[in-house]
Order: sequence, then C-alpha cells, then structure tokens
Amino acid sequence: MNAQKENFLLAVEGLTVSFDGFKAVDDLSFYLDPKEIRVIIGPNGAGKTTVLDLICGKTRATAGSIRFGGKELTKMKEHQIVHAGVGRKFQNPSVFEDLTVFENLEVSYSQGHTVMGALAFKRDAAVVEAVESIAETIFLSDQLNEPAGLLSHGQKQWLEIGMLLIQKPDLLMLDEPVAGMSVAERKKTAELLRVITRDHTVLVIEHDMQFVGDIADRVTVMHQGKVLSEGSIEHVKQDPKVIEVYLGH
Amino acid sequence: MKTNSPLQWLTSREGIYYLLLALLLVVVLPLLLDPFRLNMVGKYLTYAFAAIGLVMCWGKAGILSLGQGVFFGLGGYCMAMFLKLEASTPEATKNQSTPGIPDFMDWNQITELPGFWQPFHSFSFTLIAVIAVPVLLAFIIGVAMFKRRVGGVYFAIITQAIAAILTILIIGQQGLTGGVNGITDLQTLMGWNIRTDMAKTTLYFVCVGLLFLCLLVARHVQNAKLGRILVAMRDQENRVRFSGYDVASFKVFVFCLAAGLAGIGGALFTLQVGFMSPSFVGIVPSIEMVVFCALGGRYSLLGGVYGALLVNAAKSGFSESFPELWPYAMGALFIGVVLAFPNGLAGLYERYIMPLEKRLPVIGKYLDKDKPAPQAPPVVSDQLSAEKP
Repeated sequence: MNAQKENFLLAVEGLTVSFDGFKAVDDLSFYLDPKEIRVIIGPNGAGKTTVLDLICGKTRATAGSIRFGGKELTKMKEHQIVHAGVGRKFQNPSVFEDLTVFENLEVSYSQGHTVMGALAFKRDAAVVEAVESIAETIFLSDQLNEPAGLLSHGQKQWLEIGMLLIQKPDLLMLDEPVAGMSVAERKKTAELLRVITRDHTVLVIEHDMQFVGDIADRVTVMHQGKVLSEGSIEHVKQDPKVIEVYLGH
Repeated sequence: MKTNSPLQWLTSREGIYYLLLALLLVVVLPLLLDPFRLNMVGKYLTYAFAAIGLVMCWGKAGILSLGQGVFFGLGGYCMAMFLKLEASTPEATKNQSTPGIPDFMDWNQITELPGFWQPFHSFSFTLIAVIAVPVLLAFIIGVAMFKRRVGGVYFAIITQAIAAILTILIIGQQGLTGGVNGITDLQTLMGWNIRTDMAKTTLYFVCVGLLFLCLLVARHVQNAKLGRILVAMRDQENRVRFSGYDVASFKVFVFCLAAGLAGIGGALFTLQVGFMSPSFVGIVPSIEMVVFCALGGRYSLLGGVYGALLVNAAKSGFSESFPELWPYAMGALFIGVVLAFPNGLAGLYERYIMPLEKRLPVIGKYLDKDKPAPQAPPVVSDQLSAEKP
C-alpha cells in the first residue's frame, strides 16, 4: 500500500478529532484515487460531516494527517485549502440570496480573491462565458438574473454545486446533495453528478441507498468515527456489520 | 450591463438621483438659507460621511459598529490640533507661563509641547493623519477582532466599549487633549480666518465637494466585485470563506473604509464648527450615527446622506423648541424605523414613490428606457437578518 501512496489524490491517515474528550472521528484512514466517486454512508452521528469539515478546514484535527496532491491540509487556512483545489458543498443550501444567480457564480469564479483583486476585477468575456457554461450544466440558464433567494430548494442545491464547479476544484465534496429534493430533481441531480464526475474526484455523503448505488465507485461506511466497511456497493450491502448498524434499521 | 461613460451614467436613474442631491446641496440650500443656517447644514453633512461609511460597513457587509464616533472624533481632533497650534503663536500666548503652547496645556502646568503634538505643525501631515489615524486604529481593531472571528453583537459591543474608553481617555488627559472642554478657540487655517461668514460658506462647498467624492469612491467599491463579496459575506459568511476568500481581510478593509470616511467627516466638522470635544466621540454620537444610517436606509449611500441631514435638522428644530424631549423623539424614531420600515427612507422611496415616477408623463417615458435601479437591494424580510452573529 505504501508504494502506491503517491498516486492517491487524497490520503487521510490516522485522522482523529476530539470534542471535549468525545472522539467524533477516531483514527480514520481512507484513500481516494483521482477521478473516483466515493460515497460515505453511515448512521447519524457517525462523523461523516465532521470528516468533510476536517478536510476543508472548518474543524481542526486533533491528530492525523490529510494529504491532498502532496500538500498537508491540516495546517492550512480554509481559503488556502480552496485554492489548493478542494471545493465543499454544505448540507443546507448556502447560496447568497441577495445576489443574482449570475453574481453567485461570479463571486465563486477563481479570480479576484484578494481585496485589491476584487476591487480591480472586470467582468470580461471569459467570466461571462464561464458563468453561462456552468449555468447550463446546472440547469439554471434561464434564471441567471434572478435573485438566488427566489430559487426552489433543489435549484439552490444545484446553484451551490455550480459555485463549486466554477472554482475548478480537483476534489468536490458534497454533503447530502439530494436531501429534500423531489423525485424529478433527484434524477436530474444524479445526471448532473455523472457529468461532473467525468473530470472531477467526488466525495459524497448520502443516505439514499438507491442514489448511492447509482453513482458510487466505492462506498465507505462509517460508524462511531471509524471505518466499518469499505468497498463496492454490493460488498458493503452484504457486510453483516453494516447490516447490523445501518442498513438493518 | 452597466453604463460606461460618465455622461451616460449621469442620465441614468441612479445618476439623476445624484444630480438631484447635488442640486439641493449646491444650488437650492445656499440660495434659501442664510450663512448661519447653511453652516449648520454643513455640520449635518459631516455626519453624512460617517453615515455612508456605515452604509458600506453595516448595510452592505453586515458589520454593525457602534463606535464610528471614535473615528469621527480622531479625524476631528487631528484637524483641531493643527488649528490649535496655529492659534497658539508665541505672540498670541505671551501672557502664559510657557508661551507658544496651547492655552489648556499651560493651565495644566505643562511646560513643553508633547511629542505627539509636534508633527501637527505641518498641514500636509495633518491632512494625511485625518484619514490615516482613524484607518490605522480601525485596522488594529479589525485585525484583532476579525482574524479571531469575533463578529455580530460581540463586535458591536466592543466598538461601543472603545468609544467609551476613548472618551474617558480624552477627558482624563486634560493637559494633553483639552479634557472635557475639548480643543476650542480655533481661529485660522493657514492664516485664513475660518470664522467669517464667507469662510463658512466656502467650507460648506468644500464639504459638499468632498462628500460627493466620497460617495463616488463608496459607489465604486459597492459596484466592484468587492461590493458583491461584502453582500455575500453578510448572507453566508462560510460560503464566502469556502469559496476561497480570506473573509477577515475583507471585513478589515470595509471597516477601515468606514473609519476613513468618518475621519474626513470629523475634520470637516472641526473646520466648520470651530472646535472639537469629547462629546462628539463617545457612545451617544456613535449611536446617533447608526440612527442616521438606519433612518436613511442602510443599504443606500444616498439614503445615508438624507438620513444624516433629516435627523439632524429634526434634532435642531426639535431641541430649539423642546430640548428635553429630543432624546425621546429620537428613540421613538429609531424604534419606528426598525419596526415599520427596516430599509429606511430609501426603502420607502423604492416601494411607494418609484412606482409613481412612471406615471409622470415626461419622466415616466424617459425612465422606461432605463433598467430598474441597479443597486436596489431586495427587501429583506427580517430586518435583523444582517446582524446575525
């Protein structure tokens, strides 16, 4: 395993975070290959969202390492992690409701990230083109000039995914992207994810097993901050430990 | 998406609002008012500088500062120190035990001009200090607070505490600052008597000119990508952070911008009123500035200007007739604004008067060519949503 380590896009090793003695994530290790789609499943409180928080820098690790493309993320600030190529979507859609869809995407565009850069930023043809092409991918071409606050729940989720895509990250992390969506919206989201995964590595948290089966290359099952099982969807579905703590209920 | 040339801009809806304000301040008021009243309007306008700073800082970026009086006061004190030194020539102060230093220092048995007063002999240094001193303090506070992610109510309380501390400091160090009386008896600016009607009227126009300059600077920031990031930060700070921005540095920037604007206002206040005292630094004036901004409409730069003008005019009018009732009236006004029209006068204008504009035969047709006001903020359903900690 050690010989291959350099080929991983993301290598999480011995990751531990403890909140006042409670270990939300406990000595966790997993590895992501480039262009892989990995889904993390597990019961509530297993520490799934905390893992994403740790990778994107929202929460600081107590011990362990997170290496991404040769960089150690545990010591970096949130915005530096984003610049290193990690994009993260939150569980509740967090878009800028007072800005239009266009402006939401433009704010996320990977230029003008410093105070002076943002003052001097010009909305040139390249920006407009990038925004319009992303808007088409996320089915929001017709809503470009609408305030994001007026979008439906599902559209907001797509917009947030679009805001990640325009950053051109190497790793996309999505926290329950289809939660609260209608059946039709779920289908469209799965379609969207398939497009995205052609040229991104994706780490998804999801509960919907049908959806997981649709998209996952490999599945990691978490329980009490640890990896319970890992492998293909068929493999984990038949794992007696997984059935016991998660699927059985 | 935007008009490009200045001329095109001036004939757009937004440009016309700026022109109307210019018309009011440059033509209508000077024609209607005597020099005494015009000087008072000039004084009100100095608060408008602080108010447009608050529009950027509080309205756009959601950072409520209850300490803008500190920056206003620092700008004012910098200017007052220069004017005081100019007034304290050895000839003018020959009756003091130490001639050549400000009178209040002599009364406090100080025999030598303190070191930090020395550079204020220079007018160019003073002009820089008027902006640099408030900005520097704002930078230190901003870095200390925002890098540690202190925000919302906590930040507001800390700025208020700083306003209280500075007032106590100024009053306590009577020999260095003039104490509770402040720095008074300011006569000339580079030999030019600022107490004549002519000088006051000139200073009024300087003040109006600088106000428009500051408005245009603030408008430029608001319309740049930076302005949209500020609004985005107000809505979803984490999303901005995880879109690759160092949120703290943007907050520091807008807080410094607001401080610099307030400092310019303070310096113009000193010039037009002829003295500076701790009563313009502390908690009460700081909160009044927030009221100007809230009443005018905290999302609108022009709203801030009208808010400062109207509240101050009401304050003068009211306190001339019923001095003891004014604080109650102002409290009621503030509560009324928060409860009934959280977006202030600018919000009321947008909601009720803008639709009427279209019905006016000539203007309506003209404005129809125009897109709706570009910077119009959407109505925020919860008036406190911008202040989430």
